[in-house]
Amino acid sequence: MLGEAEPQWLSEEVKTGTTIIAIEFNGGVVLGSDSRVSAGESVVNRVMNKLSPLHDKIYCALSGSAADAQTIAEMVNYQLDVHSMEIGEDPLVRSAATLVKNISYKYKEELSAHLIVAGWDRRGGGQVFATLKGLLTRQPFAVGGSGSSYVYGFVDAEYRKGMNKKECQQFVVNTLSLAMNRDGSSGGVAYLVTIDEHGTEEKVILGNDLPTFFDQ
Amino acid sequence: MDKTLRRGPERQLGVKNDTKSVFFININVNSLCVCVCVCVCVCVCVCGLQYDLSASTFSPDGRVFQVEYAMKAVENSSTAIGIRCKDGIVFGVEKLVLSKLYEEGSNKRIFNIDRHVGMAVAGLLADARSLAEVAREEASNFRSNYGHDIPLKHLSDRVAMYVHAYTLYSAVRPFGCSFILGSYNKDDGAQLYMVDPSGISYGYWGCAIGKAKQAAKTEIEKLQMREMTCRELVKEVAKIIYIVHDEVKDKAFELELSWVGEVTNGRHELVPKDIKEEAEKYAKDSLEEEDDSDEDNM
Repeated sequence: MLGEAEPQWLSEEVKTGTTIIAIEFNGGVVLGSDSRVSAGESVVNRVMNKLSPLHDKIYCALSGSAADAQTIAEMVNYQLDVHSMEIGEDPLVRSAATLVKNISYKYKEELSAHLIVAGWDRRGGGQVFATLKGLLTRQPFAVGGSGSSYVYGFVDAEYRKGMNKKECQQFVVNTLSLAMNRDGSSGGVAYLVTIDEHGTEEKVILGNDLPTFFDQ
Repeated sequence: MDKTLRRGPERQLGVKNDTKSVFFININVNSLCVCVCVCVCVCVCVCGLQYDLSASTFSPDGRVFQVEYAMKAVENSSTAIGIRCKDGIVFGVEKLVLSKLYEEGSNKRIFNIDRHVGMAVAGLLADARSLAEVAREEASNFRSNYGHDIPLKHLSDRVAMYVHAYTLYSAVRPFGCSFILGSYNKDDGAQLYMVDPSGISYGYWGCAIGKAKQAAKTEIEKLQMREMTCRELVKEVAKIIYIVHDEVKDKAFELELSWVGEVTNGRHELVPKDIKEEAEKYAKDSLEEEDDSDEDNM
């Protein structure tokens, strides 16, 4: 009995260690995430899709505590369904982001999740909103999760205004690859979601298809 | 005398004494009673016959009389009109001034619901004020929950639902006011909705409520509002109010004008003093012209 320790994954909270990123281009947005879910040092799920739909053309990227993030996403999905029926048209990305922000702020002591909300709507085109800890701010692009710390330099240096859809997708994939390489809590495959006026496209890029950089 | 009067009519008929005059009085009282009863019955037959006592009762021909009486309350009040043009909305209200002692500009009948929404009312002013508060709360909650301006159709649906709720129960009476909501924003353009005491809301290009609504509607139909701008429309609205104002029955009145549109950058505001004076001058001049042209024809 002495010295027999409980496996770590039973006692550690399940976190989506994560790297998430969203970027807007003229006419839409691209969201990207890794797929590793860790509990302490064990990988509990290596293929989880952290890009969760809030509405047809609005997605959010989850990071932080897996349970908290998923619950917020589900609640907002429901609220947006009701809202879009009440107003009789597709909801604005700002509405979705405000709903996420309201929950994140009201329960900020109990929750530890950061959702990046991004999508396309008729009024504002492609938009990205960061809702970390209950703030709400619109940004041209946003990164989040534990892996983001390793790539701030890269995104700041490489981002240019006016990139088109393909360039944005390449930018996202490069960022994810670099972060997944250096961050212990991020890894697996890369999920990509591209949203524009015409629809939503989901893509998976397997580990061996990710771009390689120095020392890979 | 006391004793005979206290007993019921049937007893009186049987008594034969020197109180013949009392007898006649009693008969007269009886027939008066009967007459009154018949009169009451006839009146109520025309109106409701006990189907109009509460809002929770239908009449045999499928009407809810309390709601119709509420609409009559609106028709007793002075006129309010709202017109939508290609780049905004203009409201005009004929505010009757009942006493010279009133402070100018008191008892406003145009309310601000949100930055971009205005409301013009007709009917019981107290009811209208409480509905304006309801509308304000709705708009404010929407902004707090969803982070942007409330779409006017949604606001008008919500307030109409609230008004409708008061037409369902006998414990409350329906609201005795109609109101016109108008807003403007860059994406959806100008919008105009009217809600009446029954709880229906319709979208309009131009509408009128109050005592002269028929006359005002006729005048509004003559306008080509889809091609006008707010500045042109302000003058026409002032003119319509002056036309429908009844000089004989109601003496003094104050004209309340407000607008929301591209010209105000999407904010609902009272029309500035100089533009209002220009509009009133145009209205008065047009009225004189019409009077003159009438004389010429004669």
